[in-house]
Amino acid sequence: MAGIGGADTTGKKARWGLVNVLVVVYALFPVLWIVSLSFKSKKAISEGGFFPTEWTLDNYAAIFSTTEFIRPLFNSIGIAIIATLIAVVFGTMAAYAIARLDFPGKRVLVGVSLLIAMFPQVSLVSPLFNIERSLGIFDTWPGLILPYITFSLPLAIYTLSAFFKEIPWELEKAAKMDGATPGQAFQKVIAPLAAPGVFTTAILVFIFCWNDFLFAISLTSTEASRTVPAALAFFTGSSQFEDPTGTTSAAAVVITIPIILFVLFFQRRIVAGLTSGAVKG
Amino acid sequence: MADIVLDKVTKKYPDGALAVQEVNLEIADGEFIILVGPSGCGKSTTLNMLAGLEDITSGELRIGGERVNERAPKDRDIAMVFQSYALYPHMTVRENMAFPLRLAKVDNKTVDAKVNEAAKILDLGQHLDRKPSNLSGGQRQRVAMGRAIVRSPKAFLMDEPLSNLDAKLRVQMRTEVSRLQKNLGTTTVYVTHDQTEAMTLGDRVVVMRGGAVQQVGSPQFLYENPANLFVAGFIGSPAMNFIPATLENGELSTALGNFPLSDKVRRMVERGRRTTRDVIMGLRPEHFEDASLIDAAARSRGATFTTQVDVLESMGSDKYAYFSISGKRASSAQLDELAADVGVSDLGAGQAVARLAAASKAKEGSGLDVWMDLDKIQLFDQESGRALTYTD
Repeated sequence: MAGIGGADTTGKKARWGLVNVLVVVYALFPVLWIVSLSFKSKKAISEGGFFPTEWTLDNYAAIFSTTEFIRPLFNSIGIAIIATLIAVVFGTMAAYAIARLDFPGKRVLVGVSLLIAMFPQVSLVSPLFNIERSLGIFDTWPGLILPYITFSLPLAIYTLSAFFKEIPWELEKAAKMDGATPGQAFQKVIAPLAAPGVFTTAILVFIFCWNDFLFAISLTSTEASRTVPAALAFFTGSSQFEDPTGTTSAAAVVITIPIILFVLFFQRRIVAGLTSGAVKG
Repeated sequence: MADIVLDKVTKKYPDGALAVQEVNLEIADGEFIILVGPSGCGKSTTLNMLAGLEDITSGELRIGGERVNERAPKDRDIAMVFQSYALYPHMTVRENMAFPLRLAKVDNKTVDAKVNEAAKILDLGQHLDRKPSNLSGGQRQRVAMGRAIVRSPKAFLMDEPLSNLDAKLRVQMRTEVSRLQKNLGTTTVYVTHDQTEAMTLGDRVVVMRGGAVQQVGSPQFLYENPANLFVAGFIGSPAMNFIPATLENGELSTALGNFPLSDKVRRMVERGRRTTRDVIMGLRPEHFEDASLIDAAARSRGATFTTQVDVLESMGSDKYAYFSISGKRASSAQLDELAADVGVSDLGAGQAVARLAAASKAKEGSGLDVWMDLDKIQLFDQESGRALTYTD
């Protein structure tokens, strides 16, 4: 019977493996296609084959030789990092309060932040456009950072409060009994344990800011603050009759790299079950 | 080291719930005191107030003669061991135990010396560089103790520290805790819901119910002289047998038969000067015996009745005989509360248990002459649950 059971699980594993491969191929195929396109020469692009018949780095050279790409890349990095930083700091404080304290209006706060997360962003674009123009922050970094923080804070608060709720409250009590001030208890006990949650949240918020197209295209007008997703839409070839497919693909590949780096860098910190061993047996 | 005084300490929550009411307690320096009671009796709240984790609504708490009501936990110089151990998972055992000392800005050399000393006492030497997640339950428990003892606080507070261990380890750790407390001589307040721990560990036991102290005394005193039905039913395992009875003209009539009060019991009842007709008779299992094993002298100060043994449990050293009692069951608010805590429908459920000598020839399903010691009978007022036989 054991043999049959073993064969059964092997079969199961094989089936699941097949499903996994299918999903991964389905998800990665467009990405690989873009990568392939970005290496194709102008002539090879129209050929339609997956592997370039003519390899070239011209497209990459082209995007890095104009401010049309470099400046938006700089904007994207700056805006996403600043927005992520602020959202995570405020999100951490808010989430800690929601997870640990009982204060009047807590339900309202959670409700409102959920409401913001669900609100269709498209319907806010025109009002925001007008507001930012009268405030004079249209087409500036703060003009994008502010809405990014607004829409990523609910996400940050939700993710982080789930993490804070996982941390046993008794640890904080124990720290207090061991002679820690509330500040020390947070800094030495709670913060290290919440770190995986903070990093997870940072990644999610960063990706949200980095990928945003709607606000980026509506609330910017020049290279002063235009981010890469928006800038890609303005790519042109060297003449108006030229198709910018190659350069657009190269730019798309380039802006994927920071996300991959970001995730690789932080995934070591996202160790599940870090709190195991804190309580009980 | 210090004495702890609770002076009418009361805890009232904002929603009006009274968790602890006017607890008066004087804990001497070096004393090992146990707070015991069913869940929700206020014992943990009392401990948290001692620790400073919960505010005291009214009353005064003095540690070493100083009022500490308004002091933060860190300024009270007391250490606490939590039920869940609450070890810091990101720190090694060494760092866990050193944490209170580091916060107190003790120099590295002293920290090392103290941690090593505590590790030696608790037999944790070879685990110092491991993380809590790699330790067994018993080891984690010892680390939690170690973190408490390293800084030699004025008092230890322990909140059910053994309840997460398995039965065998619990017994072992119980003696270890006891030995540790004796060696260190530090005032200790220990909360438990387990009456065995209460009986075996403490110098004095405080039985609590519904936020109020029921009785304070040495374990033996509480066992022999419970002040009410609640204490009588809570202390002792198997629990005291409760049989409804009526008391008239110095004679008890019960479902087991009519018995005269022994002189000793009558004197106690008279001294108590509380007379009532409807009573509950309480008798511990060891105060019954197989009548055939009793000599004539003892037989004369007891009473004998015949019953049928339903279940017989042989423990080797003795036998527990369970028999049923016809008639109405003993009912009282205090007993119902105890029963609810234990998780059975009720305690005075028409069944009694007798502890018989191993030599008894009692058999399941057959009749048995049972002798009971009339001198040991406890009588309780059916209404209030107060012991009629209790004298201070």
